Amino acid sequence: MELMVYLVPLFPLLGFLLNGIFRKSLSKSMIGIIGCGSVLASFIVSCILFIDIKSGGALQVQPLFQFINLPSVKVDFAFQADQLSSLFLLIITGVGFLIHVYSTSYMHEENENHFARYFSYLNLFVFSMLLLVLGANYVIMFMGWEGVGLCSYLLIGYWYKNDNYNYAANKAFIMNRIGDAAFLLGVFWVFSKLGTSNYADVFANTSKFSTAEITGITILFLIGATGKSAQIPLYTWLPDAMAGPTPVSALIHAATMVTAGIYMVARSNALYSLSPVSENLVAIIGIATALLAATIAIKQNDIKKVLAYSTVSQLGYMFLGLGVGAYTGAVFHVMTHAFFKALLFLGAGSVIHALNQQDMRYMGGLKKYMPVTHITFLAACLAISGIPPFSGFFSKDEILAAAYSANPVYWALGVLGAGLTAFYMFRLYATTFLGEFRGTEEQKHHLHESPIAITLPLLILAILSVIGGFINVPAVLGGSSEMHHFLSPVLLKEKSVELNHSTEFILMGVSAGVSVIAILIALFRYSKKPELGEPQGLGKVLANKWYIDELYDAVVVSPLSALGSFFKNVIEKSGVDGLVNGVGTFIQYSSRRLRLVQNGKVGTYILLMVFSIVVLWLAFWNQTTITEFFQKIF
Amino acid sequence: MPIQYYIILAAAIFCIGVTGVLVRRNAIIIFMSIELMLNAVNLLLVAFSKMHYAVASAATKNMEVNTGTDAQLFVFFIMVVAAAEVSVGLAIIVMMYRNVRSIDVNFLNRLKN
Amino acid sequence: MTATEILFWFLSALALFSALMVLISKNPVHSVLWLIVVFFAISGHYILLNAQFLAIVNLIVYAGAIMVLFLFVIMLMNLNNASEPQRNSLIKLAGVVAGCLLLMVMVSAVRSAGEISHSQATSDGGIGLIENLGTVLFTQYVVPFEISSVLFLSAMVGAVVIGKK
Repeated sequence: MELMVYLVPLFPLLGFLLNGIFRKSLSKSMIGIIGCGSVLASFIVSCILFIDIKSGGALQVQPLFQFINLPSVKVDFAFQADQLSSLFLLIITGVGFLIHVYSTSYMHEENENHFARYFSYLNLFVFSMLLLVLGANYVIMFMGWEGVGLCSYLLIGYWYKNDNYNYAANKAFIMNRIGDAAFLLGVFWVFSKLGTSNYADVFANTSKFSTAEITGITILFLIGATGKSAQIPLYTWLPDAMAGPTPVSALIHAATMVTAGIYMVARSNALYSLSPVSENLVAIIGIATALLAATIAIKQNDIKKVLAYSTVSQLGYMFLGLGVGAYTGAVFHVMTHAFFKALLFLGAGSVIHALNQQDMRYMGGLKKYMPVTHITFLAACLAISGIPPFSGFFSKDEILAAAYSANPVYWALGVLGAGLTAFYMFRLYATTFLGEFRGTEEQKHHLHESPIAITLPLLILAILSVIGGFINVPAVLGGSSEMHHFLSPVLLKEKSVELNHSTEFILMGVSAGVSVIAILIALFRYSKKPELGEPQGLGKVLANKWYIDELYDAVVVSPLSALGSFFKNVIEKSGVDGLVNGVGTFIQYSSRRLRLVQNGKVGTYILLMVFSIVVLWLAFWNQTTITEFFQKIF
Repeated sequence: MPIQYYIILAAAIFCIGVTGVLVRRNAIIIFMSIELMLNAVNLLLVAFSKMHYAVASAATKNMEVNTGTDAQLFVFFIMVVAAAEVSVGLAIIVMMYRNVRSIDVNFLNRLKN
Repeated sequence: MTATEILFWFLSALALFSALMVLISKNPVHSVLWLIVVFFAISGHYILLNAQFLAIVNLIVYAGAIMVLFLFVIMLMNLNNASEPQRNSLIKLAGVVAGCLLLMVMVSAVRSAGEISHSQATSDGGIGLIENLGTVLFTQYVVPFEISSVLFLSAMVGAVVIGKK
């Protein structure tokens, strides 16, 4: 068992290298086999690891080699396979494998070269993500953290010939960099205090920090997490990231990468639990993001944009869970969310694949053309809306229960958000699958159910979305909260929720009831006559995403580019360029003048020689004076 | 005679030679100025030779000494070299005159290129 | 004032004046003649310094051979005062200033050198005689002497080659 941990990231790395290096010579089927096979292999290893850890395997930290070895700083390249990371391994490799399989069909129209590029990026992403969750210290985590950011950038800009996609990729990368910088500062802070960043050492020595320091470090970490996990204020990149291929959106921008922030905060629960300020900040950011993104999602017409804002909103829920101390709930929600959001994206991809159209207003009535996609999509919608007994119900309920015990206001806002979630998801569902088909005749003619490589992952994910919640049934519903027990060795600072059963039943009932009402309203409103026109009033504000992008443009981007153009046009052009060009011009001018001295006439040369001799002689006699002069200068 | 007189005389003749090189354009006059400089150096060498001889013979009290012979032989060699130099230099000047019909050194400004 | 001193001053003045006249004369032939006067004055100095051999060689080689060569070339080219173009006066002034500066520097160097301020250049002793010089030349300096013959040979060949072109 000891040796197997490094195998998990090794397979995707090999897949990346093979596909990347031989991308010109491999056939498409070979590329698909390498891409999927490497992830499948690491999924199998992850399963073995998981079973081993679940049965009490002793493995904790496995150092591979010394990564940085300085007198003051020692960083091991070490992997830590514990309960938390093994769970994430399963999610990443499992969902990742399904999405790889899906991609072989979805991306089949690309030529070999780009097909291989796509799969090598995807494998690199899986590798980086595994590095992120397996690292036994913050430095390795940061390497993975940067790696997934890079892959996200590469895959958003996968169709690099479209400028808008490249801008979206840049936006994602730059937004992430802001967060990364904060995260890095936090890691440096930890280093400067402890000289190590190993999780075990850091969490064992939290007493060496003052509360203010812990608050500072955790807030820096939180800023990093808001970048990666698309929370206020750094969330705007995620909706734009939908420029990438749909499977990429499913894998990176829904199921795995964006949960890196949640993983990091959950991993650092020992730090966060010591700083109430940070905890409250996490919760407030989470709930605010959840509500803001949910309201925006209501008025979006692009099917992927709705899902993107839905992702942002669900990530907000996870942060709420982290903030109120329900770490298990947050991780649980990561898992269920990975299932149903990947399913939603893949289903949307299936629709887009069939229609070549992303605008919901030109869909409708797909129910009878794409039955498998329809039924799986419905399952995912129910799951995300929190309808019992679908998986989303359990995870969301756990977060909401913890929120209620922390502060009922969080709970009330959370329920409101859940209602909004149900509403916009069924608006999406109704507009897309119900009613009459509103596309062109040609599209209608080509409508078909997607091939098996697409529907099979859909079905598997649908099953997981339906039953995924049962692994952590709360005690009040007769379960044993297995996940709590499993994760308790890692999430030591989990706050236990002390609610009596009747209160808990009422909470569940209220949230489920709100969701059901929202679903009914949505179905009633949109199944027969979906809104096709341009929204007015508040709707227009929502459709324009609260004008947050415009606000950022006005507050951050415009002043920065104004400053940039000031530096470019004034400082650079007249200052730096003036100086540099001035030197050049001066040299040119003086050389033109000086050139006349070198007129080829021997007499002139001799004259200069004589003058030089005189000067040298004078210098020789006065050398003490000259030496003193230079000594004074230097 | 004090050695300084000779030094200053030789320096003066040398500087006249230098000035000649600088102000005249006639290659032959320039050549003659160079000869002037050589002679200034010769004069100085002989004067120093006698100075060293005087110092050495004063130190050894009427014994026969040869100090200073070297310098005079140097002068002899300088004359030898000067003779060779003049023969070649004049040949060059004649050739130049044959080519450009002038012995103005400013015609020889090909160094510019 | 002894006869030697009188002779020294006279010869010095003659040498300097003739040297200046070499530069000033417009006609190259006059320059050559003034240069011969300079050589005579310098030979006189040699004799004052009791270096008779060099004085004679100076007269024979310089004033005799080399100057005749100069005259020969000048006459061959038929140069006269009109034939030489004048430099512009600024360059001339610069040249004169440069020469004067050089002289000033040298003189001040000599005046500031304390070691030689009391040394005398004597006029006794026989080191300048042919006997002494010949002995040293053909014993100690025989190799340079022979090499100088090679120098002459190559100069001769060079002159012939250049002249033939």
